[in-house]
Amino acid sequence: MDMFKKNPSLPVFVAVLVIFTLAVTFMSEAYGAGGISTSFVKTLGKTLCLALVAIAMDLVWGYTGILSLGHFAFFGLGGYMIGMWLMYARTKLIVLDSFANAPLPPTASEISDAIGTQIFGVVGSSDFPLVWYFAHSFWAQIALVVLVPGILALVFGWLAFRSRVTGVYLSILTQAMTLALSLYLFQNDSGLRGNNGLSGLQNLPGADGVSQDYISIWFFWASALALLLTYLVAAFIVSGKFGSVIRGIRDDEARVRFLGYSVEGFKLFVFTLTAVIAAIGGALYYPQAGIINPAEIAPIASIYLAVWVAIGGRGRIYGAVIGAAFVSLVSTYFTGGQAPDVNLGFYTIKWVDWWLVLLGLSFVLVTLFAPKGIGGLFDLISGRMSPNRHGVPLGPDKGSLREEEAEK
Amino acid sequence: MIRRLIAACLILLTCALAAQAQERTIQDVLQEHRAEIEKSSRKTIGPAIDAIANSGLSAAQTVLETWQNKGMWQRKADGLFFYAAPGAGGTYTLFDFDSGAEVGAVDKGDLDQLKPNSGIRAMIGAALVQFQLNDPNPARRRDALLAIQRDGEESHLAPLRASIEGETDPAIKALKETTERLLTIRFDPDEASRVAAIEGFRGALSLDARAALNPLVTTKIVYAEGLPDGANIKRALKPGKDIPVSDAFALMVAAGAATPPPSVAERKAALEAHIVDGKVGGRPVADLNTQESRDSAYAALAEAGQAPAYDVNFSEETVVKGAPFAEVYDEPSKAVTDAAEATLGSINRAVGFNQFLDLSLDGLSLASIYFLAAIGLAITFGVMGVINMAHGEFIMMGAYTGYVVQQIVPDYTVSIILAIPLAFAVTFAAGVAMERLIIRWLYNRPLETLLATFGVSIALQQLAKNIFGTQARPLTSPGWLDGALTFNDVVSISYIRIAIFVLALIFLGVFLFIMKKTRLGLETRAVTQNPRMAASMGINPDKVNMLTFGLGSGIAGIAGVAIGLYAKVTSELGSDYIVQSFMTVVVGGVGNIWGTLLGAGLIGFLQKGIEWFNPSNTLAAQTYMIIFIIIFIQFRPKGIIALKGRAAGD
Repeated sequence: MDMFKKNPSLPVFVAVLVIFTLAVTFMSEAYGAGGISTSFVKTLGKTLCLALVAIAMDLVWGYTGILSLGHFAFFGLGGYMIGMWLMYARTKLIVLDSFANAPLPPTASEISDAIGTQIFGVVGSSDFPLVWYFAHSFWAQIALVVLVPGILALVFGWLAFRSRVTGVYLSILTQAMTLALSLYLFQNDSGLRGNNGLSGLQNLPGADGVSQDYISIWFFWASALALLLTYLVAAFIVSGKFGSVIRGIRDDEARVRFLGYSVEGFKLFVFTLTAVIAAIGGALYYPQAGIINPAEIAPIASIYLAVWVAIGGRGRIYGAVIGAAFVSLVSTYFTGGQAPDVNLGFYTIKWVDWWLVLLGLSFVLVTLFAPKGIGGLFDLISGRMSPNRHGVPLGPDKGSLREEEAEK
Repeated sequence: MIRRLIAACLILLTCALAAQAQERTIQDVLQEHRAEIEKSSRKTIGPAIDAIANSGLSAAQTVLETWQNKGMWQRKADGLFFYAAPGAGGTYTLFDFDSGAEVGAVDKGDLDQLKPNSGIRAMIGAALVQFQLNDPNPARRRDALLAIQRDGEESHLAPLRASIEGETDPAIKALKETTERLLTIRFDPDEASRVAAIEGFRGALSLDARAALNPLVTTKIVYAEGLPDGANIKRALKPGKDIPVSDAFALMVAAGAATPPPSVAERKAALEAHIVDGKVGGRPVADLNTQESRDSAYAALAEAGQAPAYDVNFSEETVVKGAPFAEVYDEPSKAVTDAAEATLGSINRAVGFNQFLDLSLDGLSLASIYFLAAIGLAITFGVMGVINMAHGEFIMMGAYTGYVVQQIVPDYTVSIILAIPLAFAVTFAAGVAMERLIIRWLYNRPLETLLATFGVSIALQQLAKNIFGTQARPLTSPGWLDGALTFNDVVSISYIRIAIFVLALIFLGVFLFIMKKTRLGLETRAVTQNPRMAASMGINPDKVNMLTFGLGSGIAGIAGVAIGLYAKVTSELGSDYIVQSFMTVVVGGVGNIWGTLLGAGLIGFLQKGIEWFNPSNTLAAQTYMIIFIIIFIQFRPKGIIALKGRAAGD
């Protein structure tokens, strides 16, 4: 029960999440009054997935002090893995359908050739690349959702941490990894349809009769459940001794190492675990988005992830959730063209054009003047105080918490 | 040799004829062949053209050119030929070919215009070649030779050979000899002279030589049974090893040496055609969902005589095994193909070496671009330890400054000269403002700086989009930077790239000068090594940091102008370079300009080298390069040149 004592916000969060899920359900077009459109249910479901990956980012940055600019790559990889199965299974159904009127029942190789032509026609190919070897099997692809990003993070993390790459260097290196991955996926011969990406993911195979109203709410539930479980896992990890060690690594890595802890092992565990969490988030996000392409993996997406966590307030799990949900929903509001234009007389501010400017500047302001982010507002209620360290951060490391971010 | 002699004799003969025909005029020649000229048929006109061309009269060229351009007219009254210019009232003024004198105006009705058809015009053109090749104007001789190189004909060969002897200009003589070889290879029936011509191209780099030799060594793969004895075989092929079995089998089928069994699709069609009551070949249709069951059903059909027989154990491999296949030259002469292969081998070695040189030049120019883009970062990140994610946007600002200046100052040279200091000023101001407003508060918090400057970066990028739109804006380079410095047909480098290289060198010099020889450099180095001690010595670290940051940003602006000259200016211009710039600094080693130079060189050459292995795919090149860098960092985490001692910081 240490977990609940250390995380007084946990019951509140669980309650809010359950109430929110029920409210959306009863206002959805599928199970309720229909006050919320299906597309908005999808937006909310996607937002929950983004909150999930933000928790992963908070664990790795806010708690362990590793500013990874690669977690959105793991998110995208998870999406690609589930997308391969969705695309294969659905194309197979379509192909079987087209064979139904053929005079002879199709052979296995005829079916596979037809699916290959359907999927890879856009990149001028019809053969299945090796990476699609398991695409026919749902469970194998589900396993790959965890395994591929997990192993990538493990190998990359092992290489990076063992050579003591830290701080800014690590950030640049993870950013380079993300760029390399997205450039690789942009190629047509990467086997994942180049810049076309995978599409039609919103159509669940075998659920043709079910309308998107229902599918969207199912995915919403799944996303909410995944977010809840992730929150519990994250709260559990940071509340025990393990949490103390990783916070120690964040603030003063050398001291933790001299105390006898295997710093590299802890970092590698957190890095890999959060990569897997991010991948699961991606596997839930992209069926709701319907399409995934390499642009999603571009380095800028991972920087945005850091931005969300910083705006929500790093080093507190609910901060990450709030930051991701707030920024992505507000972004949707402004870029979706719903925000009213501001007429200054000599110039009309169109938010579609000016939102990024506003976001960028407000982000600078948050970093400078409100390091706690939105989470700081909750401190007013909970009475959490910052220590008085005369302006000195918690430790000498680059990722250490600043005085005003820390808890007394 | 004999041909040369004949050619020489011909020349002598023509000269002799010319001497003899002092009194003959071109009109006489024309009149001698009047019948053919009037008939104007491709079949019979040959002697007439030859007679004119070989008449040795100075007017011959004019006659042929006029005739070719449909400018030659015949007077009906006496059948004499003239060239004519339209005069007043439907009349034409006639001129004599020999003297050029005006003969008089004649009504159009009394004249016949000679209208040679395209076939005849081509023959006249061929006859004109010898005049062009001996034209007193070297430029025209060169043009004629280049035209022959482009599309030569067999008929050009004799006049070309005849003209080599008397050529005085060494460059044009060389060109004539090359052209003669090209034509000999293509048209000469004599094997020995072709071989000699081919060997004359040993080690040549020109595209023409390769274009002339490559058709000689084209081969095709054939089924070699019954191949004629004289066939020029390159090598025998083994099916399955040298050629795919299916291709070999297709060749045998085409040669009639094998009969293809019914294909999968044909067997399927036969099965579909014989479905009776849901059964085919005695098997229910629903069972036919594997190839084996289909095969057995088809066997039943074949047994019943309803379809061509098909042996289930048939394999193309057994059929083609032991059958002879060969790669045969299209060119029948073995001596010629051997010489061509040997010469192409030497050409390819020479071309390979030159391609390596060209690639090195490309790598050098890419390295200087990365260096220019990274040098500002090397100052801010390397010297001050500040990550500036908006560095790319400073590059973009520089490029847009150049664009705006070009909108105001129309002269490209002046505008570029103005743009460079202006871009420096604009980005210097932006850098100083950013340092004062943001970065100053976040020293020693590099991760927060990274995120805050990222905020600035997205704001600036969107701002540029709002102001200049999303489409690319051109930044035109001055005319004297157009074109390329060409060493030969393989090695060349555009002047813009040379200019960027020079600019990179200048900035290396400027940076070294500022850092080593000026007060600001001294203070910067002091603040970098120990800010508190520097402050005790009376240096104002705030001011130094501000100026250093401004300097780094200003150089980014100049880099922007340079990059904008050869890439289109868009709001994403900077973000395309930011990761590579960081890579350059990290690989090179922080805090050392030579490291940055080495890092840029490494990355530039590496990228070009990987592109060379896989030229169609620059994305793959970038991917592999980044992976290489990630691995490189494993072994030298502090870069190529690592700072040692106190300056290293830790």
